[in-house]
Amino acid sequence: MAVVAFVVFLLLYLTPGDPAAILAGDAATSEDIRRIREALGLDDPFLQRFGHWLWRLLHGDLGISIFTNLPVTQLIGQRIEPTLSLTVCTLVLSVLVAVPLGVLAAARAGSWVDRAVMAFSVAGFSVPVFVLAYVLILVFSIELDWLPVQGYAPISEGWWQWARHLVLPSIALGTVYIALIARMTRASMLDVLAQDYVRTAQAKGLAPGAVLTHHALKNAAVPIATVVGIGVALLIGGAIVTETVFALPGIGRLTVDAILRRDYPIIQGVVLIFSAAYVLINLAVDLSYMFFDPRIRY
Amino acid sequence: MASLALEAPKPVSPTWRNFREALRRHPTAVAGGLVLLVMILVAILAPWLGTVDPEAVAPVKRLRGPSAQFWFGSDMMGRDVYSRVLYGARVSLTVGIAVALLSTLVGLAIGLTTGFVRWLDAVVMRVMDGLMSIPPVLLAIALMALTHASMQNVIVAITLAEAPRVVRLVRSLVLTLRDEPYVMAAVAAGTRLPRILWRHILPNIVAPLLVQATYVCASAMITEAILSFIGAGTPPNIPSWGNIMAEARSMFQIAGYLILFPGICLSLTVLAVNLLGDGLRDALDPRLARRM
Repeated sequence: MAVVAFVVFLLLYLTPGDPAAILAGDAATSEDIRRIREALGLDDPFLQRFGHWLWRLLHGDLGISIFTNLPVTQLIGQRIEPTLSLTVCTLVLSVLVAVPLGVLAAARAGSWVDRAVMAFSVAGFSVPVFVLAYVLILVFSIELDWLPVQGYAPISEGWWQWARHLVLPSIALGTVYIALIARMTRASMLDVLAQDYVRTAQAKGLAPGAVLTHHALKNAAVPIATVVGIGVALLIGGAIVTETVFALPGIGRLTVDAILRRDYPIIQGVVLIFSAAYVLINLAVDLSYMFFDPRIRY
Repeated sequence: MASLALEAPKPVSPTWRNFREALRRHPTAVAGGLVLLVMILVAILAPWLGTVDPEAVAPVKRLRGPSAQFWFGSDMMGRDVYSRVLYGARVSLTVGIAVALLSTLVGLAIGLTTGFVRWLDAVVMRVMDGLMSIPPVLLAIALMALTHASMQNVIVAITLAEAPRVVRLVRSLVLTLRDEPYVMAAVAAGTRLPRILWRHILPNIVAPLLVQATYVCASAMITEAILSFIGAGTPPNIPSWGNIMAEARSMFQIAGYLILFPGICLSLTVLAVNLLGDGLRDALDPRLARRM
């Protein structure tokens, strides 16, 4: 994490573009700009700036947004609910769809089911999330009028509205993820199904379903869990785009607005928060190996 | 990539023979290669394919649906979407291929060095871990937000986001190869490092690297579109597929075709590259072909 923090700071430090000049606007004199630079501490030496920033970071302070003058943590806190709703819904939906698909494809390897799942998986990798999002909106919201076009309804306004607004974004965002997990599930299951103990279980006359879930899936779970963790990177990148298309007022929208205004502290904060989430999720995945495979000990 | 796959030199080694047989067994990969070839031709020949100036505005004729005059319709400034989409192919393909080449070169250079110079390894790999723990799209967005928009910067930003994975791949391959008896024998015989790298290591990592490069290419094209779409990519005056779709964002309800045509082109091209990559992987690594 320390490396991430340093890399993030370095990236933002090294890049050209003067926030003071942008903040001051077109009519500012160089005197104005100098004053703003001083107020923001932009003229301090590199290590001093990094030290300051890191110290505040460790105290949970991500700095003040240059544009709105509000603390970055507060801005991110306001926007976290839609993003969390979207990503968690997508994650749950994707795993629930992808794992059975992968298992089915592996169990019927070579059949049309297998081919269909694999074709879907390649296609899922190839369609950018916002193209899919617009197609979904055109079909389900505009043509069929089943679901809302855009927008977000907080949980506090009722579960039903909340869920209705998240169906299309979750499907759009989840497709790549489903493709990835289904592919890995199938590959991992094929490996395990070739093992002797699976043949023994089948020879004992166990029900095929029981063999698939109890003997095979549990042993195939470690690579699947790994890819679920790694895939969160796709989910995070995609969430920014999905929020833009569906006008969800989440962290993704915040990021896009911050990019347009060159609001560095917000960008820094968002990259840090997302990266921290990504690292923590993958740590949790690593720990889950112990549950799936008791032979693994830390 | 396509020319490499389709215009393979006369097969002399068994690898190339297997390669051609595998291509025969994978019609989807051939189809992918063909689609990609068509796209590359379209990009190169864009000025001669019945296009007009993609920047020419005609406010009177704005937002016309697809018709004989405007094959893909016209946008909110009256520009011809067909011409813009064709010229947009140049941007996507340039970015995809440039990023694939650059990150392969960077990955190769760093991966080979760290694989053999052990004291560097620990330092470099920590930096790579740091870069890899930032989701690639997010890293590219952060980089682009801080420089001015230009195609070079897009290419550099996406390369930085993609290269660590290539480094990982090369390094892990080098580490396995280093302990192979024939490499140890070469070291024991006093062969110089560059010669070992060139004669023993490189030939063994070309295949997986080629496959990885196609995936990097596909993902770079999607990332470019995402960057342009959220306003952090190629400058708006260049008609890239992402830009065309970004401009259409506010009016997709009345002019869905503005998003549909570039979207289809992008998806089709990425699909073609992915199919080609899958075919290459199966052809070059028969052991994996069974599994995936």
